[in-house]
Amino acid sequence: MTQLSRLLAPGRRGFLAGLAITAGSLALPRGLAAQEGPKQGGTLRYGMNDGSQTETLDPAGWATVTTGVAFNGALCNNLVELLPDGSIAGDLAESWSSDDAAIRWTFVLRKGVKFHDGRPFTAEDARQSILHHMGEGSTSGALAIVEQISDVAVEGEDLVFTLSAGNADFPALLSDYHLSIFPAREGGGIDWESGIGTGAFKLVSFEPGIAISLVRNPEYHKPGLPHFDALEIINIPDSTARLNALLTGEVDVIEDVDIRNIAMVEGSPDLKIVRTPSLRHLTFDMNCKVAPYDNPAVRKALKLAIDRDDILQKVFLGEGEKGNDTPVARIMPYFSETPPQHQYDPEAARAILSEAGLDGVTVDLSVAESAFPGAVEAAVLFKEHAAKAGITINIVNEADDGYWDNVWLQKPFNASDWYGRVTLDWLFATSYTSDAPWNNTGFSNARFDELQMAARTELDQAKRSALYAEMQQILHDDGGVITVAFASWRLAMSANIGHGQMGGILPGDNHRAAERWWRLDA
Amino acid sequence: MTRKSRPILSMVASRVGLGVLSLIIVSLVIFSAVAMLPGSYASAILGQNATPEAVAAMEEQLGLNEPWFLRYLGWLGAAATGDMGMSFAGRPVMDVIGPRLINTVVLASITAVIAVPVSILLGILCARFRGRFIDKFLSTSTLASISVPEFFVAYIVMMVLAVKLQLFPSMAGIRASMDWGDQLYRMVLPILTLLLVILAHMVRNTRAAILSVMASPYIEMARLKGEPESRVVMRQALPNAIGPIASVVALNLAYLISGVVVIEVVFVYPGVGQAMIDAVRNRDVPVIQACALIFAAAYIGFNLIADVISIISNPRLLHPR
Repeated sequence: MTQLSRLLAPGRRGFLAGLAITAGSLALPRGLAAQEGPKQGGTLRYGMNDGSQTETLDPAGWATVTTGVAFNGALCNNLVELLPDGSIAGDLAESWSSDDAAIRWTFVLRKGVKFHDGRPFTAEDARQSILHHMGEGSTSGALAIVEQISDVAVEGEDLVFTLSAGNADFPALLSDYHLSIFPAREGGGIDWESGIGTGAFKLVSFEPGIAISLVRNPEYHKPGLPHFDALEIINIPDSTARLNALLTGEVDVIEDVDIRNIAMVEGSPDLKIVRTPSLRHLTFDMNCKVAPYDNPAVRKALKLAIDRDDILQKVFLGEGEKGNDTPVARIMPYFSETPPQHQYDPEAARAILSEAGLDGVTVDLSVAESAFPGAVEAAVLFKEHAAKAGITINIVNEADDGYWDNVWLQKPFNASDWYGRVTLDWLFATSYTSDAPWNNTGFSNARFDELQMAARTELDQAKRSALYAEMQQILHDDGGVITVAFASWRLAMSANIGHGQMGGILPGDNHRAAERWWRLDA
Repeated sequence: MTRKSRPILSMVASRVGLGVLSLIIVSLVIFSAVAMLPGSYASAILGQNATPEAVAAMEEQLGLNEPWFLRYLGWLGAAATGDMGMSFAGRPVMDVIGPRLINTVVLASITAVIAVPVSILLGILCARFRGRFIDKFLSTSTLASISVPEFFVAYIVMMVLAVKLQLFPSMAGIRASMDWGDQLYRMVLPILTLLLVILAHMVRNTRAAILSVMASPYIEMARLKGEPESRVVMRQALPNAIGPIASVVALNLAYLISGVVVIEVVFVYPGVGQAMIDAVRNRDVPVIQACALIFAAAYIGFNLIADVISIISNPRLLHPR
């Protein structure tokens, strides 16, 4: 249903735009009239910051925004699609259902979809595309997801997954960008080498670390899409060069514009900054198993001894949203408010500490610029804020290179940059349950773990929502994470590029920029 | 004739031998340095998907679980037979670097073809008209040009010619699909920047080399004989200044191959320098090694050529006292 209304939406918008242009041509200057509705044609030239010569067409190895936007979002489709609002709709799968335990999942696949070379898409293609990431010795980025699959089978024209344990989120996990569908090979495996997918664009050339170029697929299964005739993904690692490329009209969109250049971009009538709230959050993490952070009073006091607004204004120049000590972004399904919002209150922090019999707490905070952009400056401000609460923060400047190997997960109080996960279950399972591999806060709470297991198989939305709300509150009250801010994706783009509501779960409009955007001047 | 060329041949042979030894040492230093860096290819590539199992599986596949000196010996053995191995991303190293090496060589060659004659000519002019306007003008402007960092020159060039005047594209991101004219057009700004950087160095050194010879008694003698000043510079001084000029030219040519990383980054030019940065970031050791060898070989090779030229122009150098 959601899928249907989504497919109809461009048509409706196009109709309204048509009206606007008819009316506009009489009364309004052309430029203004052109602000409405998708148009067909033109090329999208997208400047990336993270392309690399190690990139390959093999979906198991994709790790960059470049491969995400070019291959996952333009060349291929998944069984399911992440909509801009964060919900899941069918893509190559039309619908799905599960048994009561959320263990056995049946996916009904879309009929009549063709690969770029004319081969019809079948259940075996989907099955092999999932199997590609499984098995002994897999190095796939999707390993953590496919590990829970014990069997994938083709039944009739359907695809049936059997999981090792129930997971109500399973369809959402299939939106992971590695799980793109490629044609199956005779005798097993997939043919990713030829660069043939079912997506909105066909591959023309791929020069790893330099550029990827694609051209419109006229037989795309989503009616009316894509709008562009061609897509150029250009790798520009240097941020000044990237900005220059946009200013001189070499590209239409650039990723990751430096916050210091935002005013300059916004000052130009031909350019715009598009901000999309994301899952990415910047934190100071305390290890709850190490003194003095094993004392809940110390954790609470530190959470009240930081002035997030001050850091947001001075370090991030207002770009971002204040955190409230959970890792859950507002745009995620099952997000829940965790009152009270932790505000800077040095007196309250001091009171909490003296009540616990602690005076003059001293802590070492490990930071580096590579922890997150502005981490060192944020730590310096934090030190000043905390001093007023009688807490001494010694800033330990760690080496940039190797920060994630030598400091993160190692030092008891460190700065961290999290890209988030599509589902709460996955987010908590990677970083907050007792057995999580990346438990940077050393968090271990029996009630939290119990709720996690209960929510995982709970198919009733209301009950599940309540379980997740309680978990978020536990993290807020008792956890070791000080969430400074949630970052937004910042795209700087030409005013000639049109788009609808943008998805923020993945960069580049959930990777699907190429099929969702259009040119106003086409 | 044969008497003369034999000592040069034996000199070249011994220098090539030393060069190969230097290459081996360079590769050993780089390999061990990368091994000591924190992080590995697996953790760099897997990023936020780097669960311990995935990292372990990838390191096992790539053989990264072996001690680094064993891996080095394996690499050295293959490299000795001309096999640069496979990039960790699964492509042959020569496929990764090859097209970029061609780009770098093309950029360097075009720049050199313009820069070398022009700078030697300007250097001679400065020496001939020492203290006159052209000498003062060129000395001051070249001093200014080598005193600012190269990326600054690049940004100035880009701001004036690409952003303000919009004569040339700011991005030199050439691709295989572009035709020759288009590629050349996109390379104008990096070539111009490199010219400004290396011209200055070569002009100043040519001038200095000639002037130091001009201080010799035999030049005084030539003047007393009544030779015109231009003839003194060209016929008497220049031949004896060829040695120093050849070495400064060699240094600058080597720089054009291995030192243009910053220019490549600023203009998004897909050369070997960017390939090496990319490889270091991802800890892709085979690619790093190949780039380092190319850079070291360029330095050794150009310096060898400069020495041969010096010796041919001044055979006394073969018999150091």
